[in-house]
Amino acid sequence: MPEQHESEGVVSSAGMGGAMDLAVSEAETLERTPGGPEGTGPAGKPRSLWSDAWRDLRRNPVFIISGLVILFLVVISLWPSLIASGNPLKCDLAKAQEGSQPGHPFGYDGQGCDVYTRTVYGTRISISVGVLATAGIALLGSVLGGLAGYFSGGYDSLMSRITDIFFAIPVVLGGLVLLSVVTSNTIWPVIGFMVLLGWTQVYRIARGAVIIAKQNDYVQAARALGASDSRILLRHIAPNAVAPVIVVATIALGTYIALEATLSYLGVGLKPPTVSWGIDISAASPYIRNAPHMLLWPAGALAVTVLAFIMLGDAVRDALDPKLR
Amino acid sequence: MGRYVVRRLLQMIPVFIGATLLIFLMVNVMGDPIAGLCGERQCDPATAAQLKKEFGLDKPVWQQYLIYMGNVFTGDFGTAFNGQKVTELMSTAFPVTIRLTIVAILFEIVIGITLGVVTGLRRGRPVDTSVLLLTLVVISVPVFVTGLLLQLLLGVEWGWIKPSVSTEATFGELIVPGLVLASVSLAYVTRLTRTSIAENRRSDYVRTAIAKGLPWHRVVVRHLLRNSLIPVVTFIGTDIGALMGGAIVTERIFNIHGVGFQLYQGILRQNTQTVVGFVTVLVLVFLVANLLVDLLYAVLDPRIRYA
Repeated sequence: MPEQHESEGVVSSAGMGGAMDLAVSEAETLERTPGGPEGTGPAGKPRSLWSDAWRDLRRNPVFIISGLVILFLVVISLWPSLIASGNPLKCDLAKAQEGSQPGHPFGYDGQGCDVYTRTVYGTRISISVGVLATAGIALLGSVLGGLAGYFSGGYDSLMSRITDIFFAIPVVLGGLVLLSVVTSNTIWPVIGFMVLLGWTQVYRIARGAVIIAKQNDYVQAARALGASDSRILLRHIAPNAVAPVIVVATIALGTYIALEATLSYLGVGLKPPTVSWGIDISAASPYIRNAPHMLLWPAGALAVTVLAFIMLGDAVRDALDPKLR
Repeated sequence: MGRYVVRRLLQMIPVFIGATLLIFLMVNVMGDPIAGLCGERQCDPATAAQLKKEFGLDKPVWQQYLIYMGNVFTGDFGTAFNGQKVTELMSTAFPVTIRLTIVAILFEIVIGITLGVVTGLRRGRPVDTSVLLLTLVVISVPVFVTGLLLQLLLGVEWGWIKPSVSTEATFGELIVPGLVLASVSLAYVTRLTRTSIAENRRSDYVRTAIAKGLPWHRVVVRHLLRNSLIPVVTFIGTDIGALMGGAIVTERIFNIHGVGFQLYQGILRQNTQTVVGFVTVLVLVFLVANLLVDLLYAVLDPRIRYA
């Protein structure tokens, strides 16, 4: 991919802003061959924004820790039986609200279900909701935002007014109104609602990134060479505008997991027998005084998950945009 | 300046229409507005038709919207299905939520900006790292969990506050709920101020101010802080609308009878007029707050002028 190569070279000096500063400021501290104006490594191969970022990330303890936590969460959401042998739906009312016991470290919830098993199994739904909702907003937001940024003009101003409209509606409120009439037991209505009210967040970021990227010389060059709009967008602009979207999406993933819990608390999110942290937390909230363990374990799992995604997003942003350091 | 305000007000009109229309459609299309009236049973068809006619629900949705908006602009927000005027509900609910929002905004401004300045000036020190970690924890715990825990600890275990707020909802009672409502935004304000302060700390005008011998607090407050506040003011401004709308969760935890409470009741009982009326006002608040923020920019940075 010759153009790809070329564009990456230009980006690290002028494009995303700051990649060059990084190359210069780190030249003294890291064993990098000095003199290469485009951050040329020892092998003489031009270093891209991504390989620079990856090099930083590998040494960042925050990234390593949050990455490991997320890896662990993904593994147990795929194979929960690895660490929990019980059945999350097998409950014994006689044991309702009992505390920690041997073999049941987190105790029992209000229905006498094992809190540990339910917390482990809840990972799957919570992570799925977060991942699918984020994938949805990232896809919809970056396509619509990218087109608005690239084609400006009438489409852009129309879309910007539409995003203004969505921004004016408080999220939790929209969720209550839209989801209060849904009777479906699946996770899709919740995800659909999150995408519907969430895409504007990514839209703005993607639009801004594309507007910056399209002013670069290599875009002018590609246009002068007769490249079509779709080629310019996909081959030249998209690879250089995707970084901010990834950062926003990573942080948003955490917040969507928390939003699912909030909606479930208000009674309009997921519904039993789905096993999710949000459902368990909201089911436990009336009994917080007598049996706080029922609430604290799923809430703790939720907080750790959200924290891991936010920290991962922070680390990725620092690596991709060294100006913010 | 005057022309700028007029232009902005004109731009608000399509957003206002769009947002209210969206909510109107959501409420009317998604649910059956009269289903809530007959309790658990299905309405019998004759009664249903009669009720629909009475509330004007037999007309097409766009016509209902136009009639509704026409009424709103004459100050008539309609009647809730239980016969109470929506404006009456508003007059009891909004003062409570406004007080709650004021408490929350004060927390954001006072604690958030102070912490942001302190950490921004001491980047990488233990204070900075611990505050930063704390903000991350606050952001990652959902508000309703923070609220329930604070209510349990302060209200039930230690007895410092009353666990539920009375109907008067005085400022004193709203301190803890306000803190809960503000918590996540507070963390964002801290982080935003910190980044902004740390960035501007290296700028030339700060060096000049120090070089000409100004006392340190003056350098920080008049030079550094004033220039660093623009992103923070933007955030707090857009947050006003979000706080009032997001108060649903906080108001539910502490049993506060404000906007969130009325909206929640309205949505559960499918009370179209209440929901649309309250949301309309909330959207207006959001738009006006955004306009005020844009006007504040010029106060903070005189280089910004509105032609």
